[in-house]
Amino acid sequence: MFLKILPRIRRPTRSYAAVLAARHEGFAKVMQSDLMAFENFLGQDAVKKDDITNHTTDWTGQFKGPGSVVLYPKSTEEVSAILAYCSKNKLAVVPQGGNTGLVGGSIPVHDEVVISMNKINKQFSFDDTMGILKCDSGFILEDLDNKLAKLGYMMPFDLGAKGSCQIGGNIATCAGGIRLIRYGSLHAHLLGLTVVLPDEHGTVLHLGSSIRKDNTTLHTPHLFLGSEGQLGVITSVTMTAVPKPKSVQSAMLGIESFKKCCEVLKLAKSSLTEILSSFELLDDATMECLKTNLGLHPVLNAPTPFSILVETSGSNEDHDMEKMSAFLDECLSKNLIIDGVLAGSSAEATKMWQLRESAPLAVTRDGYVYKHDVSLPLENYYELTNVMKERCGSLAKRIVTYGHLGDGNTHLNITSEKHNEELEKLLYPFLYEWVVDHGGSISAEHGIGQLKLPYSTFGKDPEERLLTKKLKNIFDPNGILNPYKTI
Amino acid sequence: MKILVGVKRVVDYAVKIRVKPDRSGVVTEGVQHSMNPFDEIALEEAVKLKEKKLATEVVAFSLGGPKSAEVLRTALAKGADKAVHVQVTDAEAGKLESFHVAKALQKIVEQEKFDAVFLGKQAIDDDSSQTAPILAGLLEWPQALYASKVEDAGAGHMKVTREIDGGLDTIKVKVPFVLSADLRLNEPRYATLPNIMKAKKKPLKNIPIKDLNVDITPQTETLEVTEPPVRQAGGFVDDVSALVAKLKEKGFVKA
Repeated sequence: MFLKILPRIRRPTRSYAAVLAARHEGFAKVMQSDLMAFENFLGQDAVKKDDITNHTTDWTGQFKGPGSVVLYPKSTEEVSAILAYCSKNKLAVVPQGGNTGLVGGSIPVHDEVVISMNKINKQFSFDDTMGILKCDSGFILEDLDNKLAKLGYMMPFDLGAKGSCQIGGNIATCAGGIRLIRYGSLHAHLLGLTVVLPDEHGTVLHLGSSIRKDNTTLHTPHLFLGSEGQLGVITSVTMTAVPKPKSVQSAMLGIESFKKCCEVLKLAKSSLTEILSSFELLDDATMECLKTNLGLHPVLNAPTPFSILVETSGSNEDHDMEKMSAFLDECLSKNLIIDGVLAGSSAEATKMWQLRESAPLAVTRDGYVYKHDVSLPLENYYELTNVMKERCGSLAKRIVTYGHLGDGNTHLNITSEKHNEELEKLLYPFLYEWVVDHGGSISAEHGIGQLKLPYSTFGKDPEERLLTKKLKNIFDPNGILNPYKTI
Repeated sequence: MKILVGVKRVVDYAVKIRVKPDRSGVVTEGVQHSMNPFDEIALEEAVKLKEKKLATEVVAFSLGGPKSAEVLRTALAKGADKAVHVQVTDAEAGKLESFHVAKALQKIVEQEKFDAVFLGKQAIDDDSSQTAPILAGLLEWPQALYASKVEDAGAGHMKVTREIDGGLDTIKVKVPFVLSADLRLNEPRYATLPNIMKAKKKPLKNIPIKDLNVDITPQTETLEVTEPPVRQAGGFVDDVSALVAKLKEKGFVKA
């Protein structure tokens, strides 16, 4: 008998986006002498003091810090020199990849030094028999994909930010994305890391290995998945890649109820089995938002309460088409779907995916977005939306739900013309309490960062929280790495 | 108006084309194929005319190997009433030229008495852009090529706006006529699943090429297919004088 113990919920005193932790006075300020020291061991072109707003503002525009200086190390040794210096001189730092994070985790809160990984993107090697990739952490995900494509492989995950996000950041946030249902999380692929610790030696650690199976020691590299820049700076990643599918089929299905969406998911898993690679949901509010805000027309002729985007990836087009056609026939004959379109060309498939991938952009056009990234058991997945619709009423401009239905991950987005205190009070902490009470997680894939720090204890035991704080202290004894966030 | 629409099964436009090691052609095995995009547009226009009651029947046609039937089924799902598959072997299909397609279309038109033939302006695999004009010549019909708008002009005529290099050209053609569709003519519809199911019951006639009495002996011989030369990396210069010096050095500007 499973005994469910309600977590002790601590009402946070700070409100949502304006979470401004006071500057920790133990940190030093960046002085001219520090800048000169940086220029000394990094070179003048690697130190930038002016015009740094794209490094100090996050992608959502909701988080801005004044910052102080941005450093562009070109190697692990340079990162080590930076961290050793900053640790000794008590300068707080923020490691930054592509700056595409959605929880304000990769930009300074106050005057932290930004360590940009942009220039650590030279080493790349790939074993195309074992499918093992070893590369610098500053490579952009899309670039890695393009390099691997020439060898018949691809990265095992995909997300909307692929044109800007870097692999180091993907590891630090344990990126999920649209293909988790097929290839699993990054835990399944990570083999090794080179990390630099923020201690006074700038200790360089080689964790894990570059071979497929290694049980010699504790699986330390995996601690860094989802570590959000709290434990160390990642400079090199070793992981597995997956064969690039020769046949990719996409279909958009129109469904009348959430219950039927779940039945279609079950059928997809049993009839598409090993070729199913994506199962994404967009509700009618999302489709309407895409049309009104971005002029993107839906694929189906008439609006349906739910749209599901199904994708298969395989090595044999005939085999996959046969499975896909049989699956779609069954959906129709069992009345699970009202309508559907199977993409007949890559142009049609692109249009379908454009709808799903533009959803995060479409909602921003309303003005202000309260973004959520929660995991829930399927029976409560859409209940959350219904509950929030009732609770917010006309205070919200739009309540839009899209997400990785196949993983139980919903991106509920609530919009308003501008930042609204009254709406905010209705949302928090209610929404997160509801999620936890109904067996879910307040952060499925985006992480905690600054955004969800007030709620980071929800659903977790205090003893576990204590353990993570102890681990943080072991890795970062002087507390200089990405302060004011996550833990 | 009875409209015959030619559709071709081509390598999908998003595929990264690779040349075969023996340089005899490009790799088409195991590569994604779909309906030629311009043919989708031609088909959409014919179906639209039927919806506007300006046409009574739309028949899809393809001259190709066995898999061309897939593209014809898609055409039926997108609104064609019937389909005709003039079948050749895959080896023969690789050597077909626009002239052969035009001759086959001519035979079908003469047998079934069509009032118009709609084709895509060109196929994205060979870019030859010849089938429509050759067919018009064989049938001695007027041609409206690169159509971007089609309207009824009354009294057995159609008004067609064409995209040409200088702008737009509007002509009046007498029915029967040949039309080739350009990109901006319309936005093709999707084949919905219910329509795909209905399409399974629509007639798809298979005619082996020898029954049509069309000679498909190639008139051209492909000597060699090679990739374009690899682009050389460019270089950066520090300032305008360095740029001018480089241009002079490479002979682009008189010294």
